[in-house]
Amino acid sequence: MNKFGLETLIKVDKVGLFKNNKWLVRGVSLEVKRGEIVTLIGPNGSGKTTTAKIALGIHKKIEGKVLKFTKKIGYVPQKISIDWTLPIRVVDFMLLTQSLSEEEIINALKLTGVEHLKNNTLSNLSGGEFQRVLIARAIAKMPDLLVLDEPVQGVDFKGEISLYELIKEISEKINCGILLISHDLHLVMSSTDYVVCLNGHVCCSGTPQSVANNNKYQELFGDRASTILSVYEHKHDHTHSQDGTIKRKQ
Amino acid sequence: MFDDFFIRALIAGIGIALVTGPLGCFIIWRRLSFFGDTLSHSALLGVTIAFFFEINIAFSVFLISSAIALILLKLQKTTKLPGDALLGLLAHSSLAVGLVVIGFLTTIRFDIMGLLFGDILAVNEIDLLIIWIGGALILLILKLIWKPLFASTVNHELAEAEGMNPDRVNAIFTVLLAAIIAISIKIVGLLLITGMLIMPAAMARNISTNPIQMVKLSIIGGLLSVFIGLFSSLQINTPSGPSIISAALLLFCLTLIKIKNYSELKK
Repeated sequence: MNKFGLETLIKVDKVGLFKNNKWLVRGVSLEVKRGEIVTLIGPNGSGKTTTAKIALGIHKKIEGKVLKFTKKIGYVPQKISIDWTLPIRVVDFMLLTQSLSEEEIINALKLTGVEHLKNNTLSNLSGGEFQRVLIARAIAKMPDLLVLDEPVQGVDFKGEISLYELIKEISEKINCGILLISHDLHLVMSSTDYVVCLNGHVCCSGTPQSVANNNKYQELFGDRASTILSVYEHKHDHTHSQDGTIKRKQ
Repeated sequence: MFDDFFIRALIAGIGIALVTGPLGCFIIWRRLSFFGDTLSHSALLGVTIAFFFEINIAFSVFLISSAIALILLKLQKTTKLPGDALLGLLAHSSLAVGLVVIGFLTTIRFDIMGLLFGDILAVNEIDLLIIWIGGALILLILKLIWKPLFASTVNHELAEAEGMNPDRVNAIFTVLLAAIIAISIKIVGLLLITGMLIMPAAMARNISTNPIQMVKLSIIGGLLSVFIGLFSSLQINTPSGPSIISAALLLFCLTLIKIKNYSELKK
């Protein structure tokens, strides 16, 4: 338990990975507590996925330390390809690393809106459908810690919003901690508790508000990025014309 | 009705088919066909060592094949050579060393054809014991590691992240492969063991939609191949290994017809 009375689920302490003569990431520290959403942001190649994999124990020869306080971990990887040589259905995939009752399987698939695909062959799903199955599999056993690496890639726009809402809902409902990697700055800034901005190292971190105001963040993502937060915070008392000038509401 | 030797061969063949069914599925899923080949080539070295030291063939083949398999796993992590090059390297070097050792064994004569292609006359009671006890052990261990092994077959990182320890189960699986090769040498012969592993599984893949179904069909296919193969071996006096594999080929072709009908149905 830490001073806020929240249980720490995973603690990553100054970790780094040296591979092919360069540091992919170095000196990254972060902590995920129960009920909290921690988000990793950063440009391509900044080491977001690497950091998540270090936290999960997939990369083993690392610098620094990873302390895990739970074994109930659900993982949605960024890239996963199912070999067509494997005759595997959605229901087999749900049971891949866990034992689930019929009810648990259906409930999880229902949450992500794909219960009708239960007996379909995995390799026949569309990208978005597969992504929903991946999320369903990760949450089915009510894990303590969820690690989501770009969980809504390939999902249609409407689905994207509802899936992110679902993720937030899940974190509240089953009271787990979430380590999220996302490119969607809107979402990150609006609904996460703590943001870690990476660029090979921790460039800045803190609440979405403090990160958005940080100069380094603005350098990394450009001027427009810092206005994203305000998009969420301000009341829409105006509209924009085609050239972007503000038209005050009457 | 049948001679004793034939009954023994049949019992041995049934035991082998029960084990090659599920292992073969994993070989196909994990794309390890050439790995199986390498292991069976290295079995020749095991056989010659068995003759040299006068120990049991299955035992010595098991030791040599597991050693080669574990060396391969190690080399894959430490060298920059691609997997297929390493497989070729190990297959041919163990085959060559095996043949060189045979050269030294001038005083002992053994049936090289029987070794390469299997011989139903060669199966004795001790072989049956080795096949059935060894086979039962392999199946038991496979059952115990089934979940992590299957998970790491589908996705290594997912299995690793969710605490399944894939590296360990992969190593265990490799040793199981060495074991099945060791116990099936006498019936199938070392040139055709990989065929016995992959052909029933390949046949099963054609007609199955989920992993458990594929394993079951693969076992059934293996058993049918053994029955058809051994009976024809008895009738027309062909070596047992090639007869079993030809029967498996026949079954494979039959499943192709099923696929063809199905795709026409879809049109």
